[in-house]
This record gives sequence, structure tokens and C-alpha cells, in this order.
Amino acid sequence: MSFAWVNDWMPELLVAALGTLRMTALAFLLAAFLGLLLALARLSRRASLSRLAFGYIEIVRGMPAVMLLFLIYFALTSWGITLGAFAAAVVGLGLNGAAYLAEIYRAGIGAIHPGQREAAQMLGMRHFQVMRYVIFPQALRVVLPPMANYLIALLKDTSIASLISAPELMLRARDLSSEYFMPMQLYLLVGAMYLAMAYPLSRGVRYMELRLLK
Amino acid sequence: MPDQTLVEVAGLSKRFGDVEVLKHVDLAVRAGEKLAVIGPSGSGKTTLLRCIAHLEKPSAGHVTIAGERVGSKLADGRVVEMSDREIARIRTGIGMVFQRFNLFPHLTALENILLGPLKVLRMPREQAEPIALGLLAKVGLAHKRDAYPERLSGGQQQRVAIARSLAMQPKLMLFDEATSALDPELVGEVLNVIRQLAREGMTMLIVTHEMQFAEDVADRIIVMDHGSIVDEGPPHELFRSPSHPRTQAFLRAVLERQAMATSSAA
Repeated sequence: MSFAWVNDWMPELLVAALGTLRMTALAFLLAAFLGLLLALARLSRRASLSRLAFGYIEIVRGMPAVMLLFLIYFALTSWGITLGAFAAAVVGLGLNGAAYLAEIYRAGIGAIHPGQREAAQMLGMRHFQVMRYVIFPQALRVVLPPMANYLIALLKDTSIASLISAPELMLRARDLSSEYFMPMQLYLLVGAMYLAMAYPLSRGVRYMELRLLK
Repeated sequence: MPDQTLVEVAGLSKRFGDVEVLKHVDLAVRAGEKLAVIGPSGSGKTTLLRCIAHLEKPSAGHVTIAGERVGSKLADGRVVEMSDREIARIRTGIGMVFQRFNLFPHLTALENILLGPLKVLRMPREQAEPIALGLLAKVGLAHKRDAYPERLSGGQQQRVAIARSLAMQPKLMLFDEATSALDPELVGEVLNVIRQLAREGMTMLIVTHEMQFAEDVADRIIVMDHGSIVDEGPPHELFRSPSHPRTQAFLRAVLERQAMATSSAA
């Protein structure tokens, strides 16, 4: 049995895997940032702001991520907004992830005892100082493991970007599959590549949980 | 000016839903005075303290500290809410010690004390650190400067919490049942620190269940029951010859409980 095809595929697949990693990293950064804004809005004393964030979170969580991608890539053009496939995938996955991360952040902030906020307030801290110096550093310990779990899920979910032809691993796999007609070998190989990227991350999460939650 | 009023509470009421926890309380505390607040649980002692710190918003009435209204102010003859910034500025002058300590668990003892001076008073570190170390020494914990709260006993945590409040150089200290969460053998070390502060002339409002301590340290004691101040006076009068029936009932209950605790311990 010859494995010559592996040599044919590998250069292309490795480049595509790099695309997957880039897409994951960018979508994660976007989701982490937007999610924080959403969580703060959700916890805001201004009821309108809180309701707006709540609405966003509920709507986005109730929609398939792939639909969000289709909306951004195919439907927004009718409003004159045209994004490339890669950018559309990053924005779509980021907007989708923001809703999840916002809920993770909110749970983390909610896990901090109210006495912590009061003690900080009695030192004369203003709202943002209480958050910055007392609440966030403690919430981070609670939030990091579920955030990292989300990162792993996101790494695999980038595969749906192949449906809008964004350059990443799954798209290349489908192309090669229709070229070589060896779906078993190809998809097992690509599956192994996803695993090779996800496994170090999940080991990292395990390590973090041990360190933080001792 | 020893007779200057530092804290004034006027017509203060607070309700949580249908429950009226404070009923039109009036109270004045002079600068340098040590006032102990006693009374059965649920009588509104803690809520009174929390209203003074503006951790609770009064339903009616108001609190004035050093001539300035807390939480609301008069502008063009109307009462308006204070901003986050203004409330924070007033709170820098008030130290509060909580029943549950509330030390910041992610910071060492020294960092807990430094946080306020560095971030709120914007003191340079080389100026703040000697002050913080001095306060740690004052509460007898200089050797614990790098310990995290989880490594400290309850009594040690509470002493760090007191030092943390003092680092802001408050003109008023509020103690909310500062020893109630402590094991009996750790109560003394915390009370001693508070006694020391009293001797130095700090203005203090002390909510406590420690009657002996209240008698030792306070210039004046108020007795609360069902959201009102029912009795007040200098400690020796109040304890030796309580005139008000509710004070008598409360003190009798406390004595009984202490007697029971002593006999069950024996």
C-alpha cells in the first residue's frame, strides 16, 4: 500500500490548516472583545442597554452559526456591504461567539461575592475601578477554563466557513476529495489534523483547571 | 472642636419590600465619639451602618457626614442623586469593616492595604508602601505582608481589613459586627486593635454583640429594636441601671445566652 498521496496532499493541507488557525484566532479575539462589551451592557444598571444585550444574546444563540455566515456573506451584499469569504467567516463566527462568551463572562462576574464590590466601593473606588482592580482579576480565574473550551469548539466550528468557500482546512479537504476520490483516507487525515490542533489546547485547559481551581 | 457633629442621621427610613427595617431614625455622632450600637438581630443596626456608608439607599431621610449629604445633594433647591464619582469621593473618608472581612483574595495582605492609596489616592508606591507596612505592624501582622488571605486566620484577615480601611486615612470608621464571624479565641485580637484605634481618637460607629467590649470602648451606646432607637446613654448607666423595658429585656436575654454558653462550655 502506497502513501504517496499523503505527500501530494500535505503541502496544501498544511497551508489550509494555517488558514484555520488564523481564522480561529481572529474570530476568538473578536468574540472575546464583543462578548465583554455585551456582558458589561447586560450587567449595566441602564435597563435599555441591558435589554438590548439580552436580546442580542438570545437571538444569536437561537440561530445556527452557519446562517449568520450566510447572512453576512450572501445577504449583506444586497445592502451594498461586501466582505471577502475569510473576513465574513471571521465576523460571523466572532458575532456568534460573542453571545456565548458574554454569558460566560456574566456567570464569572456573578460568581464574585457582593462583599468584594462593597469593600472596594468603601475604599472610594468608582465603578470602573471596582471592575478593573477587584472583580475582573477574580472573575478571570472562573472564566478562563470555559473560555478555553469555547476556543476548542471554535477551532472545529471554523469548518462551517467552507460553506462560504473561506480558505481553511475543511474547504481544501472537500476540494481534494472531489479530485482524488479517496474520501476515507482524506477525511481521516484531515480529522487527525484537527485533533492535532485541538488536543494541545484541551491539555492546556486541563492544566489551567488544575492550576486555578486547586 | 471636640463637640463638632461629624455624622448626622435625619429621619432615616429604609424599607425592603414590605418590611420597614429603619423607622425614621435620628442620630448625631460627634467627631471623636465612639458610639456602640446594640440590639437584637433584625433590629436594623447593620442597615443603619450601611445607609451611612450609602451601601443602601435610604427610602426616606438622609445622612450627612462632615456637613455633606451622602448620596443626594441639593442643587437649585431640588434634591438630586449624586454621581458615582461624588459618592466614591465621600466614601474615601469612611472606613468600613465587614463581618465577613471581604479581603481581596487575589492580593497579598500588603497589596490589599496598598490598593486604595495607589489606585484611589494615586499615591506613589514609594510613599504608600511605608504607610501600608506601618499599618501592618500596627495590627501586629508585619510578618504576614506577603501572605494571601486564604493563608490567614479569620482574626488575622479582619486585622488586615482594618489596616486596609485605615490606609485611606478615614475620618470615620464603621464596624459591622466585626467579630461575629470569628472563632471565640480570635475575637480578642481584633477587639484589641479596635480599642487601640479608640484610644487614638478615631470617630467610630460600632455594631456589636460583645457587650463587655461595648461597655469598655464606647462613650455612648444606643439600643435599637424593630428599626428604631429605643434607648441611649453612657455605658455605665445603660448597663448598670437600664431604665427602658426593652433595654432590660435585651440585656437579660444576652446575659442568659452568655450564662448558657458558659455552662455548656464547662
